[in-house]
Amino acid sequence: MPRKNLAAELEEVGIEIDGEVSDSDDSGTRKRANRRPAAKRGGAKGRGRGADEDEDDEDEEEDEAPRGRRKKKPTKKRRDASDDEDDSEDETPKKKRGGAANKKKGGKAQDSDEEDRKDKGKDKDDDKDMKKKKKKKKDESSSDSSSHSDDEEEESLSEGEMARLKEEVEEKKKLIANIRNKPWRMKRRLMHLKEAQTFVDKFEGALGKGKGRKWYAYKVMMTKKWIKFQRDFENFRTACIPWESRIKEVESHFGSSVASYFIFLRWMYGMNLVLFGFTFGLVVIPEVLMGLPYGSVPRKTVPRAEQPTAQDYSVLMDFQGYCKYSVMFYGYYNDQRTIGLLKFRLPLSYLMVGIGTFGYSLMVVIRTMAKNADVGGGDGDEGEFTFSWKMFTSWDYLIGNAETADNKYASITTSFKESIVDEQENQKDENIHLRRFLRVLANFLIICSLGGSGYLIYFVVKRSQEFATRDDLSWYEKNEVEIIMSLLGLLCPPLFETIAELEDYHPRIALKWQLGRIFALFLGNLYTFLFALFDEVNTKLEQEQAIKNSSIWAMKEYYANYSRLVNDSEATPPPMDPADVIRGPCWETAVGIEFVKLTVSDIQVTYLTILIGDFARAVIVRFLNYCWCWDLEAGFPSYGEFDISGNVLGLVFNQGMIWMGAFYAPGLVGINVLRLLSSMYYQCWAVMATNVPHERVFKASKSNNFYMGLLLLILFLSLLPVVYTIMTLPPSFDCGPFSGKAKMFDVIMETIDLDLPAFMGTIFSYAANPGLIIPAVLLMVLAIYYLNSVSEAYQNSNMELKKKMQMARDEEKNRRNNTDSTNQVMKDLEDLLPNRSLIPLAPPPEPEKIPEPQAKPTKTKPGSAGKGVNLEKDVALASTNPNTRGPVSRPPGPRGPGSMAGPGGGQGRGRGRGPPLR
Amino acid sequence: MGNKQTTFTDEQLEAYQDCTFFTCKEILRLHSRYRELAPHLVPLDYTNNPDIKVPLTLIITMPELKENPFRERIVETFSEDGQGNLSFNDFVDMFSALCETSPRELKTIYAFKIYDFNRDNFICKEDLQKTLNKLTKGELTPEEVALVCDKAIEEADLDGDSKLSFSDFENMISKAPDFLSNFHIRI
Repeated sequence: MPRKNLAAELEEVGIEIDGEVSDSDDSGTRKRANRRPAAKRGGAKGRGRGADEDEDDEDEEEDEAPRGRRKKKPTKKRRDASDDEDDSEDETPKKKRGGAANKKKGGKAQDSDEEDRKDKGKDKDDDKDMKKKKKKKKDESSSDSSSHSDDEEEESLSEGEMARLKEEVEEKKKLIANIRNKPWRMKRRLMHLKEAQTFVDKFEGALGKGKGRKWYAYKVMMTKKWIKFQRDFENFRTACIPWESRIKEVESHFGSSVASYFIFLRWMYGMNLVLFGFTFGLVVIPEVLMGLPYGSVPRKTVPRAEQPTAQDYSVLMDFQGYCKYSVMFYGYYNDQRTIGLLKFRLPLSYLMVGIGTFGYSLMVVIRTMAKNADVGGGDGDEGEFTFSWKMFTSWDYLIGNAETADNKYASITTSFKESIVDEQENQKDENIHLRRFLRVLANFLIICSLGGSGYLIYFVVKRSQEFATRDDLSWYEKNEVEIIMSLLGLLCPPLFETIAELEDYHPRIALKWQLGRIFALFLGNLYTFLFALFDEVNTKLEQEQAIKNSSIWAMKEYYANYSRLVNDSEATPPPMDPADVIRGPCWETAVGIEFVKLTVSDIQVTYLTILIGDFARAVIVRFLNYCWCWDLEAGFPSYGEFDISGNVLGLVFNQGMIWMGAFYAPGLVGINVLRLLSSMYYQCWAVMATNVPHERVFKASKSNNFYMGLLLLILFLSLLPVVYTIMTLPPSFDCGPFSGKAKMFDVIMETIDLDLPAFMGTIFSYAANPGLIIPAVLLMVLAIYYLNSVSEAYQNSNMELKKKMQMARDEEKNRRNNTDSTNQVMKDLEDLLPNRSLIPLAPPPEPEKIPEPQAKPTKTKPGSAGKGVNLEKDVALASTNPNTRGPVSRPPGPRGPGSMAGPGGGQGRGRGRGPPLR
Repeated sequence: MGNKQTTFTDEQLEAYQDCTFFTCKEILRLHSRYRELAPHLVPLDYTNNPDIKVPLTLIITMPELKENPFRERIVETFSEDGQGNLSFNDFVDMFSALCETSPRELKTIYAFKIYDFNRDNFICKEDLQKTLNKLTKGELTPEEVALVCDKAIEEADLDGDSKLSFSDFENMISKAPDFLSNFHIRI
């Protein structure tokens, strides 16, 4: 203690003196600035440190004026002189390693002469100057040289100082990393950043010692490079994100909810681009470049019977003819094990890409969901903060369009009025029975229409199988399935919406129901379609068996005929023309064609709907308004609104179809990429040109993850049929990369057997052993169970904490509202207090009060960054003068207990120590 | 590339990237936007950190802000002199705090400052009334406004001083589902 006082005195003297000296040394300033709080707190570190540092830095900034520059040289000299006696003080944390180094020198080699010190001082001055320079222009070379000189200087650092310095550097680094999160002015931020950077630059090299030093420097350099690279990469990545301005425009016109659709669309585009890259890079392009050309084998040739019409427009539009025998579809791929010079294993790659598509999509969707869940903070306890939330979070800062802003104003006003009404009459339950009846009725109607649409699709698909055997078909009969499905998708949602009017739900809940119903509709349709398709596949498989036999027979017959005609059994017959070979039905291609047709018709319907439903409507409303008997713009037809939920669901289901169909039609991914690309431009244009902002702007909160959840569900549901077909159905015998194998996945077995060394094969056979798989599955189940219970436990503790918070809050409110009861407690306390101060033991009510000071001052001290520190300080201050009777004389206000409890709580402690101090 | 050389030095760009949530392209865009506001005032060359301020009246004509009912408050909050004159640093600061990637804590602090009209570090009843009138364009009757303000204070005020301190505000806003999605401006 006396030492410290002495030091403080010395410093004060130093400050007084140094006005006259014109030499500059900032390290002294730093030292002083550091020592001050250090002395105050008695070397207390911890959280307070950061705050203090800020303070110091601020001091320094102020000192930057020329006045401040001539300071402290004498202090330093004095310090040097008094080094020996100051040694004991070394425990106090030093910020600046300059002084510390000096001191060390002094302590270690006391005989080192004055010149040496002066050199040091000069060195440091130079450094300082350079630093100043750098502050203006961050000159790289000067930093180099400065760090150089430091290197020499810091040669003799001790372990402890090294550790301290390291800590310091770490701290600065953390500051650099987090500086953007600090609520400071930019100027201050820039200043701090530069300071921290120079500090790190300067002293980082000093860390590490002996042999490790070079390595350390190298590591530091590499990290720097790595960070730089990351940043450049990030810059590059954001530069690659397309349509930023386009989306922004939409956003400012329609608010963030409409924009969320376009962001979702862009996300989908990105994902599909990757899928496209995989499919085309690993399957389609190798086949085109290295595979056999068109017409070389039967599967790559249009059959003789179809050739005359194979180029007709109508045939091509049905994806028959040349389309059917192109790379777009499964059937075109050959079953050669390797193709080309590179020995590319196409069948294997085909299967891997098919599975990898799902793997990648799953990964991406789940990752995005996790990221979104991370961001989407609040656990929205409805009803707790209705008004405050409405007040502070309802304005959408993205809105930059007058009309949208007006709508937003109106909707906010309405919502306020609604909540006022709600608040006033809280519960208005008129005729609950009628409402219940209506809701049941509505659900009944919707289930009926869902069932009806499912049956309709089943019926249509069945009928199309019948049609498939006939030739005299009209255009409608050929495309019946797609038309019916698109029409259902088009007509049912509005129907549901109309029925939902009966239910009279809150719009947000109504939206959820609506989404759920449309989802059920689409899903039902898709699955009915799939089941019908499976029926078809099964019949084709039966057919195939017959054709296979007959084709073998035909081949034999051809050879027999040839040898009979030529009359030379030795001569090898010329191969049969590929167009004449009898083909199987190739069910995979048929399935692929179905999906492609479905996708294309979906695109057509969507685009036409926009063109007619939005664009034509807008044109009519706009131009017929001049000669119409009522106001079309404000009245009945008006302009369309952008249907977010419908569009998102459409996108999600389209993606589901892509996932399902991509295995049978690799070209589908390409079609989808084109669709998304054109859709982006087309819909952006349509929404800007023809739609009006929503009248009731509302948001389904966390909608993003809701959509992602739908996508995940669809992904899973589309995974099932594909995996089922891969695992169970036999591939066609004469088309596709897996022809001739009993199952598609046999291609993996083949690769293991033929290409990998033998021991790998045995390893795989062990791995595929049920004895190993069953325990693995069990282990996974156990892990899931464990994680589940852990999450449950977390949830419970979460609930517990929430309850506690609620209780604390209620208590707070109660105390505030019924001041009577509080006053009672207060009175009791007041009665107790005067006597209590005489008794050495703490009175019973005290312990109950102790927790309060922790809660109170936090609330009364707003905006202070270092809350914890201040709080501690308060308590500490309160405990130093324990005998004041402040609390008693204070009027019993609502804040009473808090302010009183502070000293009260501290008293027990303070009394123990208090008297000896005085 | 050439553009980069003339407007900012690489060090400046790096520093800005360290201090904000922006990439270098965005900072350059911000500069061009800033320059658009007052072409005769703002130089293209920012390498020597000129001390130039653009007044509030020009700033709030930006399409990003012009429909915002709190535009004056936003600009005032981020201006160093409190009058609404923004230097380029303040300008970058403003959009950095309001951008999509800035964390909830930072946004909360600035939101509090924005809604604190009289700058007394508390959101009191007058602040709430002003907020509400701006939000609804004065469509509510005075009684309704008073009721809503009372209710809001009752909900969010924990320490019973009938005004919202920062911790009250923070507590309230941390649970709000729409805060993050609504409190951001894309530049």
